[in-house]
Amino acid sequence: MGGAKSSIGYVRTEMLGEKPPPPTSVGVIGWMRQNLFSDILSTILTLLSLYLVYSVLAGVLPWMLKGIWNASSLNECREIIAESYGEGTEAACWAVIRERFWQLMYGFYPSDMYWRPNLALILLFAALAPVLFDKAPRWMLVFSVAVPFIGPWLLWGGTIWTPVAAFLGFVIGFFVNRYVARATGTLAGLLAGVVAAIVWWLFLAEAFSDALASVLPLAIETVESRKFGGFMLAITLGITGIALSFPLGIVLALGRQSNLVIVKSLCVGFIEFIRGVPLITLLFVASVLLNYFLPKGTEFDIILRVMIMITLFSAAYMAEVIRGGLAALPRGQYEAADALGLTYWQAQRLIIMPQALKISIPSIVSTFIGLFKDTTLVSIIGLADPIGWAKLIQSNAEWNGIVWELYGFIAFVFFIFCYLMSRYSMYLERKLQTGH
Amino acid sequence: MSELAVDREIDRSQMSVSDEVAIEITNMNKWYGAFHVLRDINLTVYRGERIVICGPSGSGKSTLIRCINRLEEHQEGTIIVDGTELSSDLKNIDKIRREVGMVFQHFNLFPHLTIMENCTLAPIWVRKTPRKEAEEVAMHFLEKVKIPEQADKYPGQLSGGQQQRVAIARSLCMKPRIMLFDEPTSALDPEMIKEVLDTMIELAEEGMTMLVVTHEMGFARQVANRVIFMDQGQIVEQNEPEEFFSNPKSDRTRLFLSQILGH
Ligand SMILES: Nc1ncnc2c1ncn2[C@@H]1O[C@H](COP(=O)(O)OP(=O)(O)OP(=O)(O)O)[C@@H](O)[C@H]1O
Ligand SMILES: [Mg+2]
Repeated sequence: MGGAKSSIGYVRTEMLGEKPPPPTSVGVIGWMRQNLFSDILSTILTLLSLYLVYSVLAGVLPWMLKGIWNASSLNECREIIAESYGEGTEAACWAVIRERFWQLMYGFYPSDMYWRPNLALILLFAALAPVLFDKAPRWMLVFSVAVPFIGPWLLWGGTIWTPVAAFLGFVIGFFVNRYVARATGTLAGLLAGVVAAIVWWLFLAEAFSDALASVLPLAIETVESRKFGGFMLAITLGITGIALSFPLGIVLALGRQSNLVIVKSLCVGFIEFIRGVPLITLLFVASVLLNYFLPKGTEFDIILRVMIMITLFSAAYMAEVIRGGLAALPRGQYEAADALGLTYWQAQRLIIMPQALKISIPSIVSTFIGLFKDTTLVSIIGLADPIGWAKLIQSNAEWNGIVWELYGFIAFVFFIFCYLMSRYSMYLERKLQTGH
Repeated sequence: MSELAVDREIDRSQMSVSDEVAIEITNMNKWYGAFHVLRDINLTVYRGERIVICGPSGSGKSTLIRCINRLEEHQEGTIIVDGTELSSDLKNIDKIRREVGMVFQHFNLFPHLTIMENCTLAPIWVRKTPRKEAEEVAMHFLEKVKIPEQADKYPGQLSGGQQQRVAIARSLCMKPRIMLFDEPTSALDPEMIKEVLDTMIELAEEGMTMLVVTHEMGFARQVANRVIFMDQGQIVEQNEPEEFFSNPKSDRTRLFLSQILGH
């Protein structure tokens, strides 16, 4: 700018070329400078945290790595540890996991039938693929429809006609709904469809499957509910809870917004009641009280009862989470859908729900994760989920006194599942990002 | 406020008003709770008319045009659209909504769908048009509003003016016989107003029946064949634009015009 005196006019005569950034702002060193050691305070914090992480690992890692895998009791474990590392060394006794692995996984499920829950799990992934990932081929939706019926059949066994009868209930409900809806209106059609399906399940389905079973006995061996246990039980409860509470939650959330006063107050009452009660009391109701109310002699499977309670419980939370998403949508979205002539259900399905659900993904997944972990509460009413099994193993003479290894392992397996769910939710949020 | 909407000659060859009635509103009243928002509205709209509705804020302009496609319910009087009376009968409401398109101040595009999907959704689900055909129609109208190249983007990636033109195209894809506009340009920056008005003028030149709530007096002068002035829920004055602007009869109208034209 030299030369010209007392002039504020300025014209650039030469355009500047590109220069690389100074080395202190790029690469590993640059990153560390910016993120770990940007000033004195952050340097101190960084060093403190490093020290903390180090001391935790220094304590835990040797304990884990020195762990003994081959032993048949806690005492034997301790002897081996004392022998190999010297008296007084602390080390894990993983042998309990190794010895009781199958019980922690399957409970008392007959070991020659492990393939059934395994196959059910594989089929479940096949069923989830087209729902969770839009790259999965569409024909896989066949699995999504079939697995809810085949899966329980594989787990509990019995005649193939039971799941067929259960499926037929949906088919009947669907056609009744269509027929009535065409003749009268959407709401009447919906009610008629639901009623028809329930009538079928309650009064006709059993006769139907019995009749067919006597003609064509296609069956696999029955496994009773009390043999279910371990992670198999936790996963069964978790998956059914998630799969059922999600649609129920949507229905409740919509009902809560309904203009029909009765529908609305029923939904509000249900949601508020369930949210005001601890899950454990509902589980006690399921395990004890329901038997009083049911007619004498009716067998109502305990796992089924627990499933219903867990589903109702998380459906109430789900409804509130989805209501939050609905409330975040501007009124204009409803108006635009109306102005284009979409019906209420079309608008909900195509415009409102996709957006409301997208907004609520993080909270929905949190609710799912919470539900999955809450399944451990069933150990209190005597079901042998992993926690129930941990207690059983601890009360055993050989393993009396073992704590960290068992609960650590259970926590680790739960963590894997929950972490996968949370990663999936992040993936979904990124994928659905349509903003600028 | 811009005096002129466009700087070109308007082609009036097809802008003819027929004597066929498109909308007939008689003795219509509406309340919000105890608040009497529309009072004894009588209005007949003939096919091919371009009506501009103006008036101070809160005078009931939006409410009036929203009653025509039942976004709001009226309590007294009758509204007949294309020969169908608006009542609580859902079939009539559906029928009328198929014939009447609406463009909103805040566009109200569906942000989770692409531009193309926004435009084909209603034809596919409401009119049951095959997808391929619906896409061709959508492309036709997107070309008309001059943004065919944006078809695969999402609304959030477009400017305000582009979004409003998509909203117009989305309505047109339903092949409506009547279009309602509720302040279509008042959420837009000045440089985008013109592109939206241009689109609306083209629509008028093709003979569309239009009811437009707007403060764009230039547009009213050039395109409207009738201007309606509302105040306190009533139609205070209506006239041909020339007469309306140069020789307003009521004091309220004069006051409103002097405020809006900035004298
Ligand atoms: N849902 C509602 N409930 C109660 N009052 C309402 C509702 N919507 C609008 N109003 C009132 O009705 C009156 C008319 O509203 P309307 O939106 O039709 O006015 P407008 O002429 O379109 O005004 P603007 O130019 O601000 O858009 C206003 O006084 C408004 O406060
Ligand atoms: Mg308005």
